[in-house]
Amino acid sequence: MSAVWIPLANIFGILIAAVLLAALLTWGERRLLGFWQDRPGPNRVGPFGLLQVVADMIKLFFKEDFVPRFADIPVFVLAPTVVMATMLLGFAVIPVAPQIGVIDLNVGLLFFLAMSSIAVYSVMLGGYASNNKYALLGGLRAGAQTVSYEVFMGLSLMGVVMMSGSFNLREIVQAQTEGWFIIPQFVGFLVFFIAGIAESHRLPFDLPEAEHELTAGFHTEYSGMKFGMFFVGEYLSVILISSLITTLFLGGWLGPWLPPVVWFCLKTSFLVMLFILMRAALPRPRYDQLMQFGWKVMLPLALANLLLTGGILLWNQ
Amino acid sequence: MSSAIATSVYRPTAYRAAAEAFIGDLRREYAHEHYWLQPDCLDMPTLWTGQRELLPLLRFLKSSLSQPFAMLYDLTAIDERLRTNRGEREASQPESDFTLVYQLLSVERDLFIRIKVALPESRLSAPSATPIWACANWYEREIWDLFGIEFCGHPHLRRIMMPETWAGHPLRKEHHARATEVDPFSLSADKQRKEQEALLFKPEEWGMARASDSAEFMFLNLGPNHPSVHGVFRVALQLDGEQIIDAVPDIGYHHRGAEKMAERQAWHSYIPYTDRIDYLGGVMNNLPYVLALEQLAGIEVPARAQTIRVMMCELFRISSHLVFYGTFAQDVGQMSPVFYMFVDREKLFGIVEAITGGRMHPAWFRIGGVAQDLPRGWDTMIREFLDYMPARLREYEGMVLKNKLLQRRTRGIGVYDTAEALDWGITGPGLRATGLEWDLRKRRPYSGYDQFDFDIPVYDGGDCFDRCRVRVEEIHQSLRIIRQCVDNMPGGPYKSDHPLTTPPRKERTMQDIETLIQHFVNNSWGPVMPAGETCFPVEATKGLNSYQIISDGGTTAYRTRIRTPSFAHLQMIPLMSRGLLVADLIAILASIDFVMADVDR
Repeated sequence: MSAVWIPLANIFGILIAAVLLAALLTWGERRLLGFWQDRPGPNRVGPFGLLQVVADMIKLFFKEDFVPRFADIPVFVLAPTVVMATMLLGFAVIPVAPQIGVIDLNVGLLFFLAMSSIAVYSVMLGGYASNNKYALLGGLRAGAQTVSYEVFMGLSLMGVVMMSGSFNLREIVQAQTEGWFIIPQFVGFLVFFIAGIAESHRLPFDLPEAEHELTAGFHTEYSGMKFGMFFVGEYLSVILISSLITTLFLGGWLGPWLPPVVWFCLKTSFLVMLFILMRAALPRPRYDQLMQFGWKVMLPLALANLLLTGGILLWNQ
Repeated sequence: MSSAIATSVYRPTAYRAAAEAFIGDLRREYAHEHYWLQPDCLDMPTLWTGQRELLPLLRFLKSSLSQPFAMLYDLTAIDERLRTNRGEREASQPESDFTLVYQLLSVERDLFIRIKVALPESRLSAPSATPIWACANWYEREIWDLFGIEFCGHPHLRRIMMPETWAGHPLRKEHHARATEVDPFSLSADKQRKEQEALLFKPEEWGMARASDSAEFMFLNLGPNHPSVHGVFRVALQLDGEQIIDAVPDIGYHHRGAEKMAERQAWHSYIPYTDRIDYLGGVMNNLPYVLALEQLAGIEVPARAQTIRVMMCELFRISSHLVFYGTFAQDVGQMSPVFYMFVDREKLFGIVEAITGGRMHPAWFRIGGVAQDLPRGWDTMIREFLDYMPARLREYEGMVLKNKLLQRRTRGIGVYDTAEALDWGITGPGLRATGLEWDLRKRRPYSGYDQFDFDIPVYDGGDCFDRCRVRVEEIHQSLRIIRQCVDNMPGGPYKSDHPLTTPPRKERTMQDIETLIQHFVNNSWGPVMPAGETCFPVEATKGLNSYQIISDGGTTAYRTRIRTPSFAHLQMIPLMSRGLLVADLIAILASIDFVMADVDR
C-alpha cells in the first residue's frame, strides 16, 4: 500500500505546497516591500492581512475572462498555462528532504534546465498572441534575454556537477556533507543567482515586463485568471530557483539540530527574501546594457569558473 | 464711468536702467525705424512693429544685437476688439483687432522685452517665426488654435490644445466661456463617426514616414495613459526595433481653459485657479499672479508678507523637487525611493496644512499679502523639518545618485547644450544643468530674494543625470533660504494696507459709510484694478513661470496669459530622444520634470 501512497502524498503535497506558497508569496512580497519602504503593505484582510491572498483569488476568479478580439486566441489562452505547467514540473526534481521529493532523476539538473527553457515560450507566445505592440516588445525582450542568460545559467552549474560528479540533485546534496558548494563555487553561485533573477523576470531583470516603459509588457492584454497564472508562475519560478540554489549551493536539507525539511525551507525562504530585497533596492538596466552584461561579463566569468574548477579537480587527482 | 477707471500706477523698478540701456543699444545698432515704443510698461520695453518688418527685427534681436535676445520666452495673442482702454497715448498706438505678442529674454541683459504686431480682423495672418526660433512652432499652433490667426510658412499648423473637430477659436471674445451659454451637448451618430475618424492615427499627418529603404517602422503610441508620462501626455513614436527614429509629442489632453476662465473670474477669485496650473507647485503659482497685480495696482507688500511668501514658495519647491526625485528614480526602475520621499513630502504638507489649512492647493496668497498671519508655534515645525531633512537627503544621494546602474541609465542621455537650451526656451533646472548660472531669483530678485544668502547649483553635462543633480542641490539651497526666513522673520502686518487688497480692510467699516460701501463692493464684485498691462516672471519649481495680465479697468482680467515652463520643455523631446531607445525616452521624460496641467493650462 505504502508503495502507492507515499509517492502520491509526495506528489500532491509538493504540488499543493508550491502553489499555495506561490500564492502566499504575493502577500509576502507586498508586506516585505512595505516593510522596507516605510509603509504598511496589505494589512486589512484577516490577521496581518494574510487573507489578502484569498481576496485576490476571489477577484481574479470572478473577473470577466476577457480575450481581445485582435488576439491569436488559441495561443493567447495557452500561453499562461505553459509557465505554470513547466514551473510545477520543475518542482518534481527538487529534493526537499531525504524522504520528500517527487522523483529522483539521474538527470535532474538537466530536467530543470529544460523546464526553465520551455517556460520562456509562455512569455514569448503571450507577447506575440496579444497582438499588441507593448506585448510584442516585451516578448522580444524576453526571447533575447533568455537566449543570452541561459547560456551561462547552464555553464555556471557545471562546476557543481564536476565537484559532485553527478546530475542527480540528491547526490549533489549528499556531496555537500563535507561543506556547502557556495564556498568553492562562489562565482558559480553568483552567476547562477543573477541568471536566475533574469530567468524569473524579476527586477532588475524584469525588462519583458518593465512597467515604466512597456506598461505591463507581455501581459498587457491579460486579465483575470490568465493574468493570475502569469503572476503565480512568476512566484513559482522565484521559489523554484531559490530551492534549486539551496540544493546546489547551500547544502539542501543538510544542517544540524533542526529537521531537514525545516532547514530546506529556511534556506529557501532566505533566498526568496533576497529576491524581493533586490527588487526593492535596484533600478533597471537598459535592454542593451543587460545584453552586454550577460555576454561580456557573466559568460566569461562562468567559463573561467568552469576552467578553474576543472583544473583544480584534475590537479587533485 | 470711464473717469473713475484709474490707469496703471506702477512704479519703475530697479530694472528700468537695463531697459533704457537696451533702448539705447537698439537705437544705435538697428538702422531701421520700423518700430514704435509703447510709452508705458517701461521696465519691459514694448515695441510695436509691422508684419513685414517683424522677422528682420526678430532676427536682428536674436543674432546681431550686442548682448542678444537668445530666447523666445513667450508668444501669444490678444483679442483687442472689445478693449476700451489701451493705456497711455492710446491714440498713437497702431490700430489693432488682434495683437501678437512676442516676448524675448536676454540672459546677458537679464531683460525681457515685448514685440507687438497689430493684425486687422480682415486679414489674420502673420509670418511664422519658426525659421528663427524652432520653438515658435507650438506657440504659433496654440495661437492658431485659440485665436484663429494663421502663420505663413509654419511647417505644421494644426490644432494643439483643442480636438481636431472643434469649431471656433476659444480665446476669441465671441467664443462662449461656459457650456451653459450654448445648446446642450448631443452626440449624433454622424458626429460620433467624425470624432472617431479624427482619432485615427495617420503617421503622415504627424510628419513621419511609414518605412525607409531598409526597414518598415513600427509606430508606438505612448500615452495618453501610460505609467511614465506623468499625466495625460501622448508621444507618437516611430521605432526601428526599439530604437527611436522620431518622437512626436501630442498635448492638449489636460487643457482646461485656464486663460479663458481668467476672463470671467474676479481678480481675487482667480487665485485658486492658479494653484492648479503647476499642481505640484502649490502657492508658488499664486506668486507671479499676485505680484503682477500688485505691480499693476502699485501695492507695496510689507516685509513680513514677502518673507512668508518666500518661505512658503521654497517649501513647495522642495516638495515639488522631492516628487521629481522619487519619480525620476522610479522611472529608471528603482522602486523604493519614491516612498521615502513621499514620507518627507507628507511632513512638508503637514507644515503647509498647519500654516495655510490647505495641502496641495492652499490658494493662500492674497493681492497685497497673504491670507492669514502665521499661527503660533509655526517655527517649531519648520525647524524640526530643517534639522531632519539633510540626513534624509544624504541617504537618498547614496541610494539614487550614487547608484551605478542609475548613472549608466542617465549619464549622456538626452543631452543638450546651453545654446540649444536658450534656443528652445528651456528655463529653470534644465537650463542650469547645461552650465549656465542663471536664476531669476538672483538676476532679477523679486519678493525680497535679494535679502537671502543662497547659491545657484550648476552642472554642465546637460544630460538627465545632471538635471537631477541640479534639483537635488536646489533642495539644499531651499532649506538654507527657509532657515534664514525662520531666523529672521520680520514683524509687522501680513498684508498691505492698500484699498485694493482683498479681502479689504474691515476696521473702519462700522464708522463711516464710504468705507462700508467700498468694503461691500470689493467683497461682492471684487476690486477694480487699474487699466494697464503687466507681466511678472518668477523662478518657479520647473522654470520660469509668468502671468501677463491685461486689465481694462474692470473687476476681471481682459486677458491673462500664463507662460509656463513645461510647455516649452516638452517641445524639445524629439531633439533629445532621436536615435535612443524607448527606455531612454522614459528617463528623459522623467528628467524634464513636467506637469501636464502646467503644459496645457
